[in-house]
Amino acid sequence: MADRPEVHAWHHFIGRVTVHFGPHLLLAALEGLVTSAVLALTALGLSLVFGVMRVVNVAHGEFFMLGAVLAWAISTAISGHPALGFLAALIIAPLIVGAIALVAERLVLRRLNYNPEATIVATIGMLYIIQQLALTFYGPEARPVEPPFNYRILLPWFGYSGYKLSIIAASALLLIATWLVLTRTRIGLIMRATQYDSETAQAFGIPVGRVYGGVFALGAMLAAIAAVLIVPISQAHYLMGQDPLLLSFIVVIIGGLGSLRGTVVAAVLIGLSDGIISMFFSPTLAKIIATLLVAMVLVFRPQGLFGTASR
Amino acid sequence: MSEASPAKAYALHLGIIALLFALSFILPEYYHGLLARIMVLAVFAMGYNMLFGYVGLLSLGHAMFFGAGLYGAGLAIIQLGWSVPAALAAGLACGAVLSLVIGLLALRTTGVAFMIVTMMFAQVFYLLILYFATWTGGDQGMVVPQPARVLNFGATSLDLTDPTVRYICALTLFSLVLLITLSIVRSRHGRVLVAIRENEERTKMLGYDTYSNKLAAVVVSGTICAASGAAYALLFGYVGSSFASVQYSILPLLWVLLGGAATTLGPLIGTVFMYYVIDITSGYTSAYLLIVGIALILLVLFFPKGILGTIRQRWLRWLP
Repeated sequence: MADRPEVHAWHHFIGRVTVHFGPHLLLAALEGLVTSAVLALTALGLSLVFGVMRVVNVAHGEFFMLGAVLAWAISTAISGHPALGFLAALIIAPLIVGAIALVAERLVLRRLNYNPEATIVATIGMLYIIQQLALTFYGPEARPVEPPFNYRILLPWFGYSGYKLSIIAASALLLIATWLVLTRTRIGLIMRATQYDSETAQAFGIPVGRVYGGVFALGAMLAAIAAVLIVPISQAHYLMGQDPLLLSFIVVIIGGLGSLRGTVVAAVLIGLSDGIISMFFSPTLAKIIATLLVAMVLVFRPQGLFGTASR
Repeated sequence: MSEASPAKAYALHLGIIALLFALSFILPEYYHGLLARIMVLAVFAMGYNMLFGYVGLLSLGHAMFFGAGLYGAGLAIIQLGWSVPAALAAGLACGAVLSLVIGLLALRTTGVAFMIVTMMFAQVFYLLILYFATWTGGDQGMVVPQPARVLNFGATSLDLTDPTVRYICALTLFSLVLLITLSIVRSRHGRVLVAIRENEERTKMLGYDTYSNKLAAVVVSGTICAASGAAYALLFGYVGSSFASVQYSILPLLWVLLGGAATTLGPLIGTVFMYYVIDITSGYTSAYLLIVGIALILLVLFFPKGILGTIRQRWLRWLP
């Protein structure tokens, strides 16, 4: 997992300008919030799949990458105003990714009977297949997607990209929508019933197999949406799924497996601290500390920092 | 399992070793070098199998143990100027200490959490190699210079870069580890490990200390993997961070699954098979990760016992 060059560049830039501390902290916090927003969506996908299906999807980061790569393909295929291509990508890319995930779930996971360990091995296989196909058909280059609008919001100290702020808003809306679906609708009720006790749910006539398929696709779509949102800032690359996978694991573990509120809180925490820590330390050191801390959480407090002990 | 025929089992294993020895005179140069590499990596797979096959603990972080041996031996020889035997010992010691620490921590978890925790520790290990690039060479890695790779016995000296010497060294390590695993598997400790895999609660209730048995298995497994890593550094002269990456935690899993988990010879068969498949397909396509991915899924779906596991189930019940 190589560090992206632009992170280094930004880090050096920040290192040189050390006069105004406050504005830098604000800038780091804003950047951190953008990271958190994308992370919360990606991690929510992973968390839903784990919560309802009790399996860990190692290929989750590749669904993220696929979303970004498809966003590039769709937005370059559509001419006209960049917003047009972006909007098309925001709708079509997650649908394609969701369809791919659904097929993978039907063909592989269902046949494995959702055995947790076999599923991890199989999703590792999917990870390699998706990554290699992206390398073959998309190539090793990092390619940019034009943001739908270029509006800079002028703060007293610096101008800030309006698009980045809109990512935060979009993510918040999607999170609220997911929460409403989970708590206020029949589909959400069915999902929660399956999560709570899949056998009893089955006995009450809930088509558990179809719920699993839907949840797996939904999880992949959330990752794809997050990727489409971030790709105008960070470019599409075939290896870009690795960092989100690791960070999502971290968020899901800290937030407590399968808990939506915990996931969001942990995403904000990790996103902010990632931005602020990597302002003062090297990004590699920040990753080392974060990974080690999370491994220790998993060892000594497996229910997560915010979760309660599992049944 | 192998109760009735200890002699048969030992004869088979010695036969395999003799066959590998004979092959060193027959094989053309290219395959000669390839097989030496495969034997070293098969040791890695055997170490992995110790834990995954016999105890049923699926680790996704064994690259760190291979890396501990690789860097332990490599750094000792390059940065400290140690001799070959001392470097090998350093690699083994690094692997033993690291696996003890990781075992103490990771064995507090089970199942999926164990997989993720080991993966995360391995990731930390990998990032540490990149972070201390001044000593480790970062993602460029290091080359062990040829003059340092000579084994001195008084007046005579063995050049580890010579293909024949290299093959014999690889075979020696492989045979040692193969016989060690065979004897562990047949021992009391080995049987307790299998009992833990089948039903840990019941084993505990029967009065066995499952925790220390598992910890011992982690340390043995990690040290064997470190031996493979140290041998790789000394025999092939390259110490690189990619060997500590996630991919090298997945590969031994693939080799063991393919050859047959919980069989002593499965790791060798899986490694040979996968290496040749990749070697052959790389003539047509550079997309070898695609092959790895498809192989993983097909194995898990249709062939979970692997090659030797299936043979044992169908025909040769006595295979260890």
